[in-house]
Amino acid sequence: MATAEQVAKEAEQSDVRARWLLSAPALLIILVAATGPLLIVLVYSFLTPGPYGDVKWQFSPEAWVSVFMERDIFDDTLSLAAAHITIFWRSIKLAVVTTIATLALGFPTAYFMATRSEKTRDIWLFLITIPFWTNLLIRTFAVLQIIRNEGIINTLLIKAGIVSAPVQILFTDTAILVGMAYVYLPLMVLPIYASMEKLDFRLVEAGYDLYANRFQVLRRIIFPLVKPGVIAGSILVFIPAIGAYVTPVVLGGGKNMMLSNLIELQFGQGRNWPLGSALSIAVMIIVMVALLAYVRNAGRTEVRHG
Amino acid sequence: MVTIKTGTHLPTRAGSLNGVIVPEQPGKNAIEVRGVRKVFGTGENQVAALDTVSVSIRENEFFTLLGPSGCGKTTLLRLIAGFDFPTAGEILLHGQDIAPLPPFKRPVNTVFQSYALFPHMTVAQNIGFGLEMLGKPKAEIEARVAQMLKLVKMEALKARRTSQISGGQQQRVALARALAPQPKVLLLDEPLSALDYKLRKEMQIELKRLQHETGITFIFVTHDQEEALTMSDRIAVMSAGKILQVGTPRDIYDKPAERFVADFIGETNFLTAAVADMGNGKARATLKSGAVIEATVADGFQPKDSATVVVRPEHAKLVKGKGDLSGSVTNVVYFGTDTHIHVQLDSGEAFTVRQQNTRTAGCGFEVGDAVGISIGNDAAQVLRD
Repeated sequence: MATAEQVAKEAEQSDVRARWLLSAPALLIILVAATGPLLIVLVYSFLTPGPYGDVKWQFSPEAWVSVFMERDIFDDTLSLAAAHITIFWRSIKLAVVTTIATLALGFPTAYFMATRSEKTRDIWLFLITIPFWTNLLIRTFAVLQIIRNEGIINTLLIKAGIVSAPVQILFTDTAILVGMAYVYLPLMVLPIYASMEKLDFRLVEAGYDLYANRFQVLRRIIFPLVKPGVIAGSILVFIPAIGAYVTPVVLGGGKNMMLSNLIELQFGQGRNWPLGSALSIAVMIIVMVALLAYVRNAGRTEVRHG
Repeated sequence: MVTIKTGTHLPTRAGSLNGVIVPEQPGKNAIEVRGVRKVFGTGENQVAALDTVSVSIRENEFFTLLGPSGCGKTTLLRLIAGFDFPTAGEILLHGQDIAPLPPFKRPVNTVFQSYALFPHMTVAQNIGFGLEMLGKPKAEIEARVAQMLKLVKMEALKARRTSQISGGQQQRVALARALAPQPKVLLLDEPLSALDYKLRKEMQIELKRLQHETGITFIFVTHDQEEALTMSDRIAVMSAGKILQVGTPRDIYDKPAERFVADFIGETNFLTAAVADMGNGKARATLKSGAVIEATVADGFQPKDSATVVVRPEHAKLVKGKGDLSGSVTNVVYFGTDTHIHVQLDSGEAFTVRQQNTRTAGCGFEVGDAVGISIGNDAAQVLRD
């Protein structure tokens, strides 16, 4: 005779089995689609490049060495690969500055939106998402039109008599930064807005009531409470920014390369698939380390109180 | 039961002697509201939430704004706190106009209806927040927080997050947080409405104790007439953006000025009467039955042919024979402490008499009985509207 307890336990077990069984197809697709290509990239990074692209199935750590080092053609000595390091540094720097810029612009935007009436909020939300309707390339070319030497900004500056010759913005790091900040701004605004919308503004009133001025209310009450949104927004901006491809090509003019352009080069003209693979994995590691450090740090400041 | 303890006295602004509050400037007004109007919306959607309100609130007073929802009581509180600014008029705090000041520059703190405790801070951090913002030294903040925790009996839970404590405890923390910076005036926006009945009773006593011990002027907003009557030194009854009457609980209950006040607070019988022979706040009212009774008269009463007289159900007496009024019993309702006897008067009006119960005898009246009602000389009040 099965006791009620046993029956319940068995029912629960079969329930768990059914759950796994039903989600198996989806899990399989996710597993294969997400980890499969990554595994191939990882394997390729330890192989030897073929003469016309592709790989030779022969183990070699050379690609990983080449990520930061370069081998002298004549005497095989290793030295730091200055070009790669410059590109790494530029990518990290631009991604960080883009994140900060979008945060500086996105936080007030989200605050503005969240403090509107419910009806107008939806309109603002709609307006924020409009850029997503257009192709990234077209948006980037639009930025190019604005910042090029004969573009709106320079024309206005010259007409206003502020400068006599056009300011060179296009094909500089600034151009890439402007382009990325514009393209990724909604990715910062939306998660912050989502947190801000849930914020109980009576807490803001309570803050004012307890002698906190506007800045103190922002720092001590609003910011800690919307921090999850800020963290999510920063991650959403930082990851695509460090891997940006189109923006540096169009606005950087190909001479201010970022990591994605370097990787593309290895798979295209460079015909060095293993190096491309190694660089890809290296970028992933950098992103993971950066995010871990960021989330940990953000978590710690939450506990801190001064 | 909460017992009123002495010995946890705070150093009050006014100073206290054996629990007796000695005001610094006796009789001075803490808050003076002068001709304040508040209009929300624009154009056709304009709504006057406050329609030219003037009221003076004395120092160390437990002052209650009482009225139904939408009467403007919370709007007035928010104007005093500084969350909204008046469309017209002045708000004086100890004689100084504070209407243009932002809330963080007013020595006034609020206990919010929703408590509005900071969820990312502990109980102690919440209580210390105001002092911290005032830039007080750390040692002083710690001492004061400890004192406040003791005052509201929350020492054991000081390290808890505010989401980890019960509603009644949150209420105490909200009180402690608002009292910690020693405000000149404490505003309470229906602070007890979220609590269950028993807890609410406890907190009522607790609030009175805190007000007594701190000597701070309390302005309390509620729609609960019983709460207002039991706790307040004075009550302002509000309706539709206006203050109808200001007075002690006894004044408000026994001598209502207008029909709304009489109706909103307690149960009342309204009788139509011809009022004559005024003078010295007294009048002779001739009821429809022909009986003449002496009544007090509301301030601002203008002589007119037909006025309304109110009599509280417990101030009238049901008699077997002839009284000032006569009619027949339509309903007898037993309430435990007393019995309500509903009478249809011969004049067509309805009248209720409340009679104290005893353990042994019944109320002595049955449905259908022909009865008389006698109204004493001190039982009736003539309304001004």
